[in-house]
Amino acid sequence: MANATLSDLAESASISSPPSTMEIAKDRVFRGLTRGFAWLTVLVVFLVVYEVATKAMPAISEHGFRFVTSSTWDVQNEEFGVLPEIWGTLYSSLLALLIGGFFGVSIAIFLTQDFLPHRVEWAFKNIVELLAAIPSVVYGLWGIFVVIPMLRPVAGWLHENLGWIPFFKTSLSGPGMLPAALVLSIMILPTVSAISRDALSNVPRKLKEAAFGLGATRWEAIIGVIVPTASTGIFGALVLGFGRALGETMALAMLVGNSNQMSLSLFSPGNTLASLLANHFPEAGEREEPVLMYAALILLAITLLVNICGAFVLKHASARMRGATK
Amino acid sequence: MNKTAFRFCCLTALTVLVGCNASSTSSSSPGGDSGSAAQNIKLQGSGASFPAPLYGRWFKEYSAATEGVKVDYQAKGSGGGIKDFIGHTVDFAASDAAMNDSEIAQVDDGVVLLPMTAGSVVLAYNLPKLKKPLVLSRDAYSKIFLGKIAKWNDEAITATNEGVDLPDLPVTVVRRADSSGTTFVFTNHLSAISKEFADGPGVGKSVSWPESDKFIAAPKNDGVTATIMQTPGAIGYVEFGFADQAKLPMATLQNAAGKFIEPTLENATAALAGVEMPEDLRAWLPDPTGDNAYPIVSYTWLLCYEKYEDSSKAAALKSLVKWCLHQGQESSAEMGYIPLPENVVATVTEKLESIQ
Repeated sequence: MANATLSDLAESASISSPPSTMEIAKDRVFRGLTRGFAWLTVLVVFLVVYEVATKAMPAISEHGFRFVTSSTWDVQNEEFGVLPEIWGTLYSSLLALLIGGFFGVSIAIFLTQDFLPHRVEWAFKNIVELLAAIPSVVYGLWGIFVVIPMLRPVAGWLHENLGWIPFFKTSLSGPGMLPAALVLSIMILPTVSAISRDALSNVPRKLKEAAFGLGATRWEAIIGVIVPTASTGIFGALVLGFGRALGETMALAMLVGNSNQMSLSLFSPGNTLASLLANHFPEAGEREEPVLMYAALILLAITLLVNICGAFVLKHASARMRGATK
Repeated sequence: MNKTAFRFCCLTALTVLVGCNASSTSSSSPGGDSGSAAQNIKLQGSGASFPAPLYGRWFKEYSAATEGVKVDYQAKGSGGGIKDFIGHTVDFAASDAAMNDSEIAQVDDGVVLLPMTAGSVVLAYNLPKLKKPLVLSRDAYSKIFLGKIAKWNDEAITATNEGVDLPDLPVTVVRRADSSGTTFVFTNHLSAISKEFADGPGVGKSVSWPESDKFIAAPKNDGVTATIMQTPGAIGYVEFGFADQAKLPMATLQNAAGKFIEPTLENATAALAGVEMPEDLRAWLPDPTGDNAYPIVSYTWLLCYEKYEDSSKAAALKSLVKWCLHQGQESSAEMGYIPLPENVVATVTEKLESIQ
């Protein structure tokens, strides 16, 4: 050590010396800031809920629970009910999740399990994520001009020949549940596939190699080992996608038909809470505003419920999955 | 098909643009303050979206013609405009439905309602194989909007369209999903000609239409236009300008005199001519008389206060309205609006003097 230069000494000193007061202060400030921001986020959520709830109060006291069970929306006679909207919100989002979830997870598997050369994988990934950058008005227009005309002959045939199945009970006139759900499924695709992809690529390689070592084929390894290991992440992706679908506004307002009715038929027009809000808010009078706020509160509650259920299922499922993979 | 789609996207983009910047600010001339009567006055307005393109143009031209008067207009819808007006957050507002008595009572400074221009509501439809324009009797179109006619080859429709092969298509009715002045004008007319409609949906900016699978709702005028374009067998009500720009066919309708009238500017102007202006200028035309009167027309109003605290503001507003009533009317027809008849212009100019 005798021939160590001064600078070396200085450097080693900085490594081994206790942190200076400056460093401690920096550390404290940073910790304080992050904590502050974290709490601020929580506070904002509470503020929003509080604000919406106070504005909705007159409507809640006036219409009470009847609001959730009746199905007319008549500003003239002040009769308000959002049962069809609740139904439409859940129905369209579930349909979108079925379609978008299936394709999203498939894309994620395809892009992580060495089916393609790395460069192509990268290109594909970016193309899928570009879908998230398209504004929803454009999705709406695309739905009106492309999706609906494409669906029309198919829907006509299904209705003619399989009309006894409740899903095809009515004929498609244009906007309706199915076009809305199809476009919605494309809108949630990037969310679902990006998060599933991360989950799948985080599965340790050793697991895969071990599965191969035990004689599993490629598909056996994917279905039996990799997907179950990544299942918590995939499930999280699906919950996020569902939440995204529940709140979609503009594209749905253009495609769902905004008609206050409940039908299992995929070809019937329906309505969703978000689209109801979008259509009525700009010109809502004093009497209608609290009612719309009440509807917004219900939408908020649905979204929160979905996320809470998601977290709950996630916790239990992941515990089981870990047990299975041990 | 693609061409139409493209045209439509452009139209929509345009409307959105207009909707977002329907405020018109003058290009204030550099160094315009030559110490003369140049005042820097800013007038704030908000309200109806239907006349917004025309107002935007007027205010811009007026600002260019005068020095130092800026007009900001936000097209947020008639209802929103009335709300702002009652809340005193604007200097003037615009509405397709004149204020009712209870709304007027809420304004302490008094209200002056000034008709500025008028528009017609047309029934645009989509029947791909139809060669001649569709002709609808009063009975037929009121029944269609009550959801009582299921197929295009229904007796009520074929009766007035002789020699035309009407398809066995379901009738799909497209209505507005949002609250709108257009809906008000249209339901006002339907309630005047059909008792059943008056007792059912009634009159309003948004009414409760019959619930059926064949009633679909779309947001805004352009949403309705797009939906009609894309739905074979659809019929819906839109402002004349929108249907005209999208090249949608429009139905010829039967008027109060029993004549079948095409929706043209001349016929709409004829409808205005037969109306007596009441004292408060709230002229309703639920069902205009006159042989050539197109049946669904309406004025659109500018709402001003009777008293302004700032006298220079009142003066600026008066000169603005005067300009719109005279020089402005020339651009109305070009943009698909109905120019005010001479006698109405005179009446409104007179009324303008009551603003202090």
